[in-house]
Amino acid sequence: MGTDTIVAIATALTNSGLGIIRISGEEAIETADKVISLKSGKKLFACDSHTIHYGFVKDGERIVDEVMVALMKAPKSYTREDTVEINCHGGVLVMQLIMGLLLKKGARPAEPGEFTKRAFLNGRIDLAQAESVMDVIHAQNEFALKASIEQLKGAVSENVRKLREEILYELAYIESAMDDPEHFELEDYGNQLLVKTDRILGEVKRLLYNAENGSILKEGIRTVIVGKPNSGKSSLLNALLGKERAIVTDIAGTTRDAIEEQVRLNEISLNIIDTAGIRATDDTVEQIGVLKAKEYIGKSDLVIYVVDASVPLSGDDFDIVRLIKDRNVVVLLNKSDLETVVTKEEIRVILDKTALSVSTKYGKGIEQLGCTIEEMFFHGKIGYNDEVYITNERHKASLRLAEASLGMVRNSIADGMPEDFYTIDLMDAYRELGSVIGESVEDDLVNEIFSRFCMGK
Amino acid sequence: MPCIIENYDVCVVGAGHAGCEAALAAARLGFETILFTISLDSIAMMPCNPNIGGSSKGHLVREIDALGGEMGKNIDKTFIQSKMLNKSKGPAVHSLRAQADKLSYTMEMRKTLQSTDHLTIRQAEAAEIITESLEGGYRIVGVKTVSGGTYYCKAAVLCTGTYLNARCLTGEMVTHTGPNGLQAANSLTDSLKLHNVEIYRFKTGTPARIDKRSIDFSKMSEQFGDKTVVPFSFTTDPKDVQIDQVSCWLTYTNEETHEIIRNNLDRSPLFAGVIEGTGPRYCPSIEDKVVKFADKDRHQVFIEPEGIHTNEMYISGMSSSLPEDVQQKMYRTVPGLENAKIVRNAYAIEYDCINPNQLFPSLEFKTIKGLFCGGQLNGSSGYEEAASQGLVAGINACMYIQGKEPLILDRSEAYIGVLIDDLVTKENHEPYRMMTSRAEYRLLLRQDNADLRLTKKGYEVGLIPKERYDWVVKKEQMIAEEIGRISKVVVGANQSVQSLLISYGSIPLNTGTSLTELIRRPELNYDMLAPIDPKRPELPAEVKEQVNINIKYEGYISRQFKQVAQFKKLEKKLLPKTLDYSDIHGLRIEAVQKLNQIKPVSIGQASRISGVSPADISVILVFLEQLRQRKKDDGR
Repeated sequence: MGTDTIVAIATALTNSGLGIIRISGEEAIETADKVISLKSGKKLFACDSHTIHYGFVKDGERIVDEVMVALMKAPKSYTREDTVEINCHGGVLVMQLIMGLLLKKGARPAEPGEFTKRAFLNGRIDLAQAESVMDVIHAQNEFALKASIEQLKGAVSENVRKLREEILYELAYIESAMDDPEHFELEDYGNQLLVKTDRILGEVKRLLYNAENGSILKEGIRTVIVGKPNSGKSSLLNALLGKERAIVTDIAGTTRDAIEEQVRLNEISLNIIDTAGIRATDDTVEQIGVLKAKEYIGKSDLVIYVVDASVPLSGDDFDIVRLIKDRNVVVLLNKSDLETVVTKEEIRVILDKTALSVSTKYGKGIEQLGCTIEEMFFHGKIGYNDEVYITNERHKASLRLAEASLGMVRNSIADGMPEDFYTIDLMDAYRELGSVIGESVEDDLVNEIFSRFCMGK
Repeated sequence: MPCIIENYDVCVVGAGHAGCEAALAAARLGFETILFTISLDSIAMMPCNPNIGGSSKGHLVREIDALGGEMGKNIDKTFIQSKMLNKSKGPAVHSLRAQADKLSYTMEMRKTLQSTDHLTIRQAEAAEIITESLEGGYRIVGVKTVSGGTYYCKAAVLCTGTYLNARCLTGEMVTHTGPNGLQAANSLTDSLKLHNVEIYRFKTGTPARIDKRSIDFSKMSEQFGDKTVVPFSFTTDPKDVQIDQVSCWLTYTNEETHEIIRNNLDRSPLFAGVIEGTGPRYCPSIEDKVVKFADKDRHQVFIEPEGIHTNEMYISGMSSSLPEDVQQKMYRTVPGLENAKIVRNAYAIEYDCINPNQLFPSLEFKTIKGLFCGGQLNGSSGYEEAASQGLVAGINACMYIQGKEPLILDRSEAYIGVLIDDLVTKENHEPYRMMTSRAEYRLLLRQDNADLRLTKKGYEVGLIPKERYDWVVKKEQMIAEEIGRISKVVVGANQSVQSLLISYGSIPLNTGTSLTELIRRPELNYDMLAPIDPKRPELPAEVKEQVNINIKYEGYISRQFKQVAQFKKLEKKLLPKTLDYSDIHGLRIEAVQKLNQIKPVSIGQASRISGVSPADISVILVFLEQLRQRKKDDGR
C-alpha cells in the first residue's frame, strides 16, 4: 500500500558473476546514497534519471564491493517508483552484506511479489498479467508462512514464544489495572517492568546477534538424496554428518520418512533431505515416504542420486532417472568397496550428469563430492534458496523493530511516563516477535486479561 | 379482526439506553418517531450496576454527548457520587464514573422523552417486523405489536436489550421473565428468524440487593467521591455538579464464602449445565471467580447505593445464579453483611441476540433494508455500549430515510467506532464490553477531547446546535494559538525560574529553555509554570488542559497520528457491496467464506477479519485494480 522503501536481491542467490539488488520506494535514492559512494563524488540524488554510475558500496569506511548503480526515477521504472539497482559482484555473501546494509539504513525487505504488486498497482503491468501476479503473491506468501514456521530453528521459536508470553502477561496486567483500577494496583510497577524489559531486551539482542552472525532459518542449498532402497543414502548422510543420524540397516526400506539435516561442505551449507528409497511397493507407510520424496525432488536445488553399483540397474532406477533428469544432479556410484557391476558409462547413457565413485560405508570419495558441489555452486548452477534468505532477513527486521520498541518502553519508563504510554510500544514488540514465529495478535490481549486476571462486577 | 394502523417515519423497539438514544435522535432530527416499551415505568432502567461510566465506558458517554446524545446530560442530573478513575495514569485512560440514583435516572430520561417533539411513546410489545421482499433480501415497512397494532414506518431500530425469549435463573428456580421480573418478549425472535437472521444466546447476571439497614458499615472501608466533580456532558456547567455525595463501601469475601460456594456448585445452573447462553468473562459470577481463580483467598466486594429513594444496596463483585438459600448464607459470610437482608435475589439472565456480523457498520441489516439494531441485541453488554449504538442506529435510520451517507465513525475517531467495528467485523462469542485496550489509537481517543473529535460530526448530523459547534471551533483555535505562543516563550536561568523549579523538585536550568520543554518534564505541567509566564492569557480550564496534554505527550501523540494516517489509507479503499469473493482467483477458501459472510465495506475492515491474511488482502487489491482498469478500458 504505502510507498515505504523495499529492497530485495533481484537475481538468484548464487555465486554467479553478477548480482542485482533492487531498491524501490519513496526513499529508495536517499537510502542508496547512504551506502554508496560514487567515483564521481556525486550523490545519486543529484543525478539524472536513467543513468548508470560507477562506485563503491561502503560499510562505514570499509569497502564492501565495487558496483555499477542504475538510477531510475519515478515514474519511469518497473514499479513506477524511484528505483535503484545495484549491480554487484554476484557473491552470495556480498549480496547479503549489501542488502543487510540497506536494511539497516531504513529499507524493509520486500514482501513476496511486492515489486510486481507495486508495478501492477501503479499501472505498470497490463491486465493479462494480473492473474499471474495474484498467483505469485499467493504462492510466495504460502511459502513465507511455511518458512516462518517450519524452517525456524527449534530453540529460536521456543525463545521467542517465551518472550512473547512474558510481554503479554505484563500487558494484560497493565490493561487490567487500567480497566479495573479498583482491583489492580500499578504502584511502583514501572520500576518492576524496567527490570523485566531489560531482560527481555537482552534476550532479543542475543537473538538478533545470533541472527546477524549466522541465521535464524535453516539456510542452505536444498539438497535431496534419492536412490533405491538400501543403496546407501543414509550412510551417505551419516558420512557427510560424521555421525549416526539416520537408521542404517541392511533391510531395504528402513528410512520411512524424510530426514532433514544441515551440512557444511567447505564454504557451502546444504540442507539435506534423506528420502525413503524409491521403489514400487505395497507398503502404505513406505508409499507415503516415496510420494514425499517425489515432492522434495520437485522443490530441490540439488539432487544426489545414490546408485548401488554392486547390483545391476533395475526398473526402480529408471523410475528415479525419470523424476530427476531435469534437475541438478550428482550421481554417486556407491559401494565401490564391493565388486561393481554398474559403470559411469552405463549411467551416462540414461542420465547425462556428473558421476562419482564412492564408498559411503568407508567414507571414500566424499571429499570429491564436496568439490563437485562447490564447483557447481561457484559456476552458478545451483544456489541458495532466496526465499529462505529473504524470510530470514524479514525475521531480522522484525527482531530489530522489537528491539527498538522495547528500547522505547525503557525510555518511557525512565521519562516517568504513565503506564498507558509504554503499553503501545510493548504491544508493538509483542507483534513484531509474533511475526518471527508466524503468529498474529488477534485477541490475545483480551483473552489474557480475562484468563489471568479476575475482573470486576 | 380490526386493529390500529398508524404511520411513522421511524419505529424504535425498546426504551432502554439504546432505544432512548435512538428515539431521541430520530425525533430531534424531525422524524415522526414511535418508541415501544414493554413497560413505561422501565424507560432507561438500570437493571444491573447503579453507575454510568467507568474505564473506557466513560469515554463512550463523552462521545455520545459530543454527538448530541442524552446519556451524559441525564447522569449529570441524577448522579449521587462521581469519581475520575485512573487519575494517577495517563490522560488517555482517565475515565469518569458516576453512581446514579436509579429512579431519578429513569424519571429524568422519561421526562426528556415526553417533552421531545415528534416522539410518541407506546407501551406495547413488538411481535413482528413487517417487510417486503427485495432482490437478495427485504425492506422494512413496519412493526406489528402483540395486540395486532400495525405501525408502518420508513425505518425501524430494534433495541430489545435482554428481553428476547429471556429466562432468569436463581438456582433451581427458572422464570421466563426479562430483567427485574419484567415481562419477556417472546415473539420477535421468531419473526427475525423468518428473515434469516442468525440468533445467538447470551447470558449475563446481577448480584443481590441488600437492605442498607441490615449492613454493618463499620466493618467496611468507606469510598468517597471526588472533591471536585467533573461533569460528563460538555454542556453541563461544572458548578451545577458540586453536590453532597453519598459513599460506597469496600469489603471482601473470604475462605468461608468460597467454601459455601464450592459446596453448592451442583445447585448452580451455570455449573449444572442448565444455562445454555454464553456469559461474559469480564464480569464473572462469584461462583465463576471462585472456581477459575481458586488461588485467590479473597475477592473485593463493593457495596453501592442504588439511589436515594431506596434502601437497596448493590453488592458489586458478587453476581450469582445460586439458589436463594445459598445466596443468603454466602452473602452473610462477608464482613459487614452478617445480618444482611436480601431485598432482591441475584440472578442470571439468558436472552436472544443477533450475530452482529450481519450488520453494516451503519448498524443496518445487510439483508433487511431500513432495519437497524442497537444495544445488547447486538451482543454487547453495558448501558454505555448500548446507548452508543442506539444513538448511531437512530441517526443512521434517519440518514437512510433521507438517502444520505450513514454516520460511520472509524477506529481512529472514537471508541464508538472501535465498538461497532469490532461487533460487525470480528467473531464475538460473549457479551462484548468496551475496554481501553481494544482501542489501538487510544492516546488520541481521550475523554477530555471527545468534543474536539466529534462535535463537528454531531453538528453535521443535526443534533448539535450551531452555538455549541462554534464554541468547539473557537476552543480549537485557542488551543493552537496557546501551544504556538508557549513554544516561543523562553525562560532564562534566573532566580524566580530556578526557585520555582526547585520548589517542584525539578532540576534547575543551566541555560535558557522554552516553556514547552519544561512542560514536558514529568514533574511539571502547564499550570505550574504560570508564575514564570507573565504574558499568559486568561484561558478556560478546558483549553489549558488540552494545551498541557498536547505539549506533554506530543511525541507519543504524533506517533499515533502517523499510525492513523497509515490506517486511514486502507479504510479509504472501499469494496463494492456486491462483490462475490469466490470470483477472485487466488484467495484462500477460508478467506472467501469469511469475506462473503461479512462483506466488508473497506480493505481496512477486510484486513481485520480473522482468517483473512495479508496475502489475501494483496490479492483483493490487485483484483480491485483489475476491475478499475477494466472499467477504464470499457469506458474508452
